[in-house]
Amino acid sequence: MSAELGDSSEAVTALTAPIGLLAELTHRCPLQCPYCSNPLALERVDGELGSDIWQDVLAQAAELGVLQLHLSGGEPTLRRDLEDIVGRAASLGLYSNLITAGVLLTRDRLAALAERGLDHVQVSIQDSDAANADRIAHYAGGHAKKLEVARWTRALKLPLTINAPIHRQNIDSLPAIIELALELGAHRLEVAHVQYYGWALENRQALMPTRAQVLNSAELVDQARARLKGVLVIDFVVPDYYARRPKPCMGGWGRGIMTITPSGNVLPCHAAQSIGGLAFDNVRQRRLKDIWFHSAAFQAFRGTHWMREPCRSCDLRELDWGGCRCQALAFTGSAANADPACDKSPAHAAFTAIAEAEAGRPAPPFHFRRPRAGRHAG
Amino acid sequence: MSQGRPTQRTMIAAASVPRLPSHVKLRHDAARERWVILAPERLLTPDAIALEVLKLCDGERSVDGIADLLADRYAAGKDQILGDVMSMLQDLADKGVITA
Repeated sequence: MSAELGDSSEAVTALTAPIGLLAELTHRCPLQCPYCSNPLALERVDGELGSDIWQDVLAQAAELGVLQLHLSGGEPTLRRDLEDIVGRAASLGLYSNLITAGVLLTRDRLAALAERGLDHVQVSIQDSDAANADRIAHYAGGHAKKLEVARWTRALKLPLTINAPIHRQNIDSLPAIIELALELGAHRLEVAHVQYYGWALENRQALMPTRAQVLNSAELVDQARARLKGVLVIDFVVPDYYARRPKPCMGGWGRGIMTITPSGNVLPCHAAQSIGGLAFDNVRQRRLKDIWFHSAAFQAFRGTHWMREPCRSCDLRELDWGGCRCQALAFTGSAANADPACDKSPAHAAFTAIAEAEAGRPAPPFHFRRPRAGRHAG
Repeated sequence: MSQGRPTQRTMIAAASVPRLPSHVKLRHDAARERWVILAPERLLTPDAIALEVLKLCDGERSVDGIADLLADRYAAGKDQILGDVMSMLQDLADKGVITA
């Protein structure tokens, strides 16, 4: 028995089909979290795929071998056709996971989604402290509404994950966040240190914790895991600025997961559009299977052919796949370089020094996540 | 059938009656010709023995009953099998894949 996250490469021997599909149904969102994983260039509502296309895309995905469907955004509940999308996923045998801010849900709508076969709900929280949570999301009353949605989820007998993005402005709440997840009856808690791409990279100094804070959070998670074994599953995502080895980003480029943006672009990673020069295919023009196996963007960094030193001769190259391409580009100027999170990268010392310096300075105001004039895609 | 999250660790005993919670799906993965367990943000690939045990976790049979059946099926010593099945199910219970 081998355990793996959905994006682990363990299940994917040689080049096979994707396990997971992250469906960004819309980039619209009522929250403005400064670490949003959407690109800086948010897509517009008028470019969004229609329901009929999503229905077809899900069928293509299931045929291709996708097992897990993550319905995300933006805020996916803004889609009026979410029930139909969930129903389609259920009829195709896809394990459906709704990743929601929760604030727009009614109990009736959540019940309707459960009725249509939704398998799992993930609700994000910004802090255990309501005032700070609402400040971070820039949405008054959001935290209280999220707790209500979490309770409805459990009352409807759906499994619940609480996702807590962690950074310097809420890291001291970690013990209270763990207790809150327990109190809400969550099956799973994601203690996810913010990953610094896109919006979070713009807000890095406002978000970056100190090394001591990160180590302390790891210790707290270890203790909670031991205490709550068999009760609450806690997944811990570490911030790689203080790491020695990079994470196997997406389980390797084009190995286990694909993302489809609201307008239908198919990406090896949800941040991949930050890499200039890559052309992405769209589900309106090309079959998903063809895109997965043959598109230039998926081939560009798949496997090890693209690697330079120190990755090319590294024993770990098929474990971490060179880390994150977007981070390599943002920090070293080339997406084909090693991820600077790796201490074998010549850029690693500077990378770590930036985190330490920024964490030691006062936090500047947030750049909230909102559409900006001139930054829209398409 | 309660789907409440356990408030304490599920301890597997011979008399336990294990089953998969409704949000955990054991299904055949045709594209890869294998069986998988799907759970929130988890994908587990049971080996042949784990798969056989999981298919016997129907919410009616006890762990002891499962061990009886397997001992019969493989003409093997029951004590050994019971111990192996219990430790496998305990591991799965700790991962949230089995409830009892």
